[in-house]
Amino acid sequence: MPKTLLQIDWLTIFIIIILIGFGWVNIYSTTFVGPEESVFDLSRIYGKQLFWIILGIVISIVIFAMDTKFFERFANVIYLLAILSLVGLFLFGKTIAGQTAWYSFGSFSIQPAEFVKTAVALALAKYISEMDNDLSRFTSQLKAFAIIGLPLALIMLQPDAGSAVIYLSFLIPLYREGLPHFYISYGFLAVAIFILTLKFGFSIFAPVFVALFIIIYLFNRKKKPKLWRYILVLILGLGFSYSVNFILNSVLLPHQKERFNVLIGETTDIRGAAFNLYQSEVAIGSGGWTGKGWLKGSQTQGRFVPEQHTDYIFSTVGEEWGFLGTSLVIILFTILILRLYHLAERQKSQFSRVYGYSVLSVFFVHFFVNIAMVIGLFPTVGIPLPFFSYGGSGLWGFLILVLIFLKLDAKRKSLD
Amino acid sequence: MRKLLPILLVSFAAFLFLIRLFYLQILNENYDEVSTNISLRKVYDYPQRGYIYDRNGKLMVANQPAYDVMAVPLEVKEFDTLELASLLKLTPDRLKIQLEKAWRYSPRLASLITPQLTKKEYAYLQERMHKYEGFYIQKRSLRDYNADHSANILGYIAEVGQGEISQNSYYQSGDLKGKQGVEEQYEEVLRGERGVKHYLRDIHNKNIKSFKNGKFDTLSQKGSDLHLTIDAELQAYGELLLQGKRGGIVAIEPGTGEILSLVTAPSYDPDLLVGRKRSRNFTRLWYDSISKPLYNRALQATYAPGSPFKALTGLVALQEGVVGLEESFNCFGGYSYGRGARMGCHNHPSPVEMVTGIAHSCNSYFAQIYRRTIEKYDTPQKGIDVWQKHMASFGLGNYLGYDLPVGSPGLLPDSEYYNKAYNYPTYQWYASATLSNAIGQGEVLTTPIQLANVTAAIANKGWFYRPHIVKSIAGSPVKDEKYTTKQVTTIDKKHFEPIIQGMHDVFNYGTASYLRVPGIEICGKTGTSENYTVVDGERMQLTDHSIFVAFAPKEDPKIALAVFVENGYWGSRYAGRISSLMIEKYLKDNIERKDLENWILSNTLEDEYAKPYSGEPFKINQ
Repeated sequence: MPKTLLQIDWLTIFIIIILIGFGWVNIYSTTFVGPEESVFDLSRIYGKQLFWIILGIVISIVIFAMDTKFFERFANVIYLLAILSLVGLFLFGKTIAGQTAWYSFGSFSIQPAEFVKTAVALALAKYISEMDNDLSRFTSQLKAFAIIGLPLALIMLQPDAGSAVIYLSFLIPLYREGLPHFYISYGFLAVAIFILTLKFGFSIFAPVFVALFIIIYLFNRKKKPKLWRYILVLILGLGFSYSVNFILNSVLLPHQKERFNVLIGETTDIRGAAFNLYQSEVAIGSGGWTGKGWLKGSQTQGRFVPEQHTDYIFSTVGEEWGFLGTSLVIILFTILILRLYHLAERQKSQFSRVYGYSVLSVFFVHFFVNIAMVIGLFPTVGIPLPFFSYGGSGLWGFLILVLIFLKLDAKRKSLD
Repeated sequence: MRKLLPILLVSFAAFLFLIRLFYLQILNENYDEVSTNISLRKVYDYPQRGYIYDRNGKLMVANQPAYDVMAVPLEVKEFDTLELASLLKLTPDRLKIQLEKAWRYSPRLASLITPQLTKKEYAYLQERMHKYEGFYIQKRSLRDYNADHSANILGYIAEVGQGEISQNSYYQSGDLKGKQGVEEQYEEVLRGERGVKHYLRDIHNKNIKSFKNGKFDTLSQKGSDLHLTIDAELQAYGELLLQGKRGGIVAIEPGTGEILSLVTAPSYDPDLLVGRKRSRNFTRLWYDSISKPLYNRALQATYAPGSPFKALTGLVALQEGVVGLEESFNCFGGYSYGRGARMGCHNHPSPVEMVTGIAHSCNSYFAQIYRRTIEKYDTPQKGIDVWQKHMASFGLGNYLGYDLPVGSPGLLPDSEYYNKAYNYPTYQWYASATLSNAIGQGEVLTTPIQLANVTAAIANKGWFYRPHIVKSIAGSPVKDEKYTTKQVTTIDKKHFEPIIQGMHDVFNYGTASYLRVPGIEICGKTGTSENYTVVDGERMQLTDHSIFVAFAPKEDPKIALAVFVENGYWGSRYAGRISSLMIEKYLKDNIERKDLENWILSNTLEDEYAKPYSGEPFKINQ
């Protein structure tokens, strides 16, 4: 045991501790009432978070103490339990704000979706490491997608479109293990078409798109490109662009459509749909270089930003700690993800590598979507910033997710 | 390449975020003015609530300004509690309690400290407000009543409760909202839309300038005016006639379904529920559990309809073809049916047929034709259901769908009801078991507005518009299909002629012949209904309710009404007199029969109402 402890990647642990600590400091600021109150007051948000953190340490120790083989051996069982926990929500779950996403135990609630990510990562890692490693085969791809898609569908039914977005992150480990290029490249192309059409409209986008294609084709002419493939992509692209309005009006729910409109500046109703983003931008924008100081942000202390202790916690950093604080958080997350990447790449077992990739991808998508949303680069999607946002389920979910990987990494030599 | 994807993604994200943050936090000038210790303050502009007029354009409800003292607890600095309390006319303790409450609601949002100062109090306070940081004055508008009647129609406005704030995000602490009557029903029309101005606020809590040149400000929109279908004069007269009595009057214009008056007694002066005196007065009205002035008898009270129901019994029998118009029945002072059961009748010429049956209100006649109606079908279940469908087409047994927030469906039994009551199929039941329905003394219960609506449907010979109280909103007539679609009853037009003739003969030679109004052809029907109350667990019978329905003129009816006077004894005694006076008032505009009017105004039923609470044995129907 002591030997394993030494082999733990202490850099990762160190970054996580800083993130959790700094996160709590900011949660305290968003919910603080007066200096005379105890920080352990369990009726206050910050008091509860402290309690979650302490329990989180206990959970971490338990994970470290567990046998490494357990996770690989029981990956499928864990996955099954996770799916059952999602199904059970529809029977025993508690509905908060229209989403049936919580199990309620007296005064506190647990959101199973936060833990399901770990189970999916384990199951995916096990599946890919067990088969004869051929994600270029269509049937293998389909099975891998099914592992991801089942919990995704259940979460969509809650309905929690935000948490569902997270599951896209598993495309990254799949790609690393051999998923064909076009999934990624056409995925990016579709996102680009969607955003550009939204911003400029079909009538401007379409001619530019066609012209671009002709130029690329002519440019590549000497390589004898297949004309039919160009035409197919062109038609599909135009078709998708043409249907953006339909998706916006018929597929998305009205509040989801509003969020897109807010993002591209179509909606400026700061009392209504654009309220959160506007207040969040005022908070961040007023921070300047060094911020207004802890507990001194007028937007934060005025409670102008809704959900500031959860999804919008980054706006507190922006207001009270300024550009210095925000860039520190971004750099910390960047180092954390790159460090996890480094650890994942040095794994000798494929199981550990896929799992590690999943961990870093989940962190990346959370980090990207959350901060992009708070600073107005992404439509409002209610997902937390790892280790930062208030919430016990989220905190424990992320701790379990990353610590299983650190344990696998520490034992990597014996896992050959 | 595959290995590079995470590095590319994370570097791209970090780079993008740093650029965006640098732009937001360092380069963007827009947020500079919001930088150190400056924040946004929203100042609300509450619009005038819409006015309420009667059908003739007479102003009933206007507005008066009022001033609320608000506070933001976190901004409240040390102040002289005694001095402020005396300025606000509060005790120092009360002021402290209010501040604590405000703190609990939110330390950072404004809460109401004391509501609705008068203009004079405001002028005095305004000059001294600067001494009290964190307090400010919010202007609102209160109701100003031009009428001392119609409280049950108009409703009132009051501060929103905590529950309403959490249910509807539009409302904030201290906002006013309509309660009861048209104020509640048409809240969103009447209130308009409040405006908001954003100011930048400095550390001393002063508004220093408009934020972004008012880009995000909104103007308030005045509430829309309402024109009611009520005739204010008739309404006031109805309330006057019912003084000292309990009951309700509902008058409807048959051709349109417009409610001309909707009287409940006892009622109260709507001005009692304005401003600071509201909560004291409301408590007093609320706890009057015996005369229940807040209970809208015209809409909510359910009574056995009594003899007016015979008109419907007749109509259904004609429609079902179980009786001929000329067919006469003998009345031997009552009607005996099954095992010694007997329904009594009063003294009147015999034999009777349909027209004279109504005019003399003969119980025996209607009991027999009712029985034929039910027994026309193989089983009493089937018969009752056919009967029930006919009755339901007149709007009985369900909410009528008028535009006021309270009501009652009454009761209209069907076969299921009787099967349950008689424990069918263990026990059988027959038409005779439901015979009291024939004369409106059975299980059927109606509200005054339902009975008025039935009368309007008879006046129209078979159809009605749903009764409604609002004629136009902001000058444009109400176009809601609910109130502009004709509701057709299941009875053919031709069957109404004899019934109407009978109701006319009630005034010619029948039970209301002494209530004729010179020059107006009235059709009506008297009614009495037995009733009981429970005081201290003891059930006792009280003096009968006095009931009357009428419409006039006979050709081209302009008004149809139903009057209930609790414990008024027989139909023509109170309800009949009141009906004929209401009709005279509405159609002739002044009362010539001063004796009749004086009788009603000088007779009250307070003694009758005191009887069951006297604790002593008492006699009824004296």
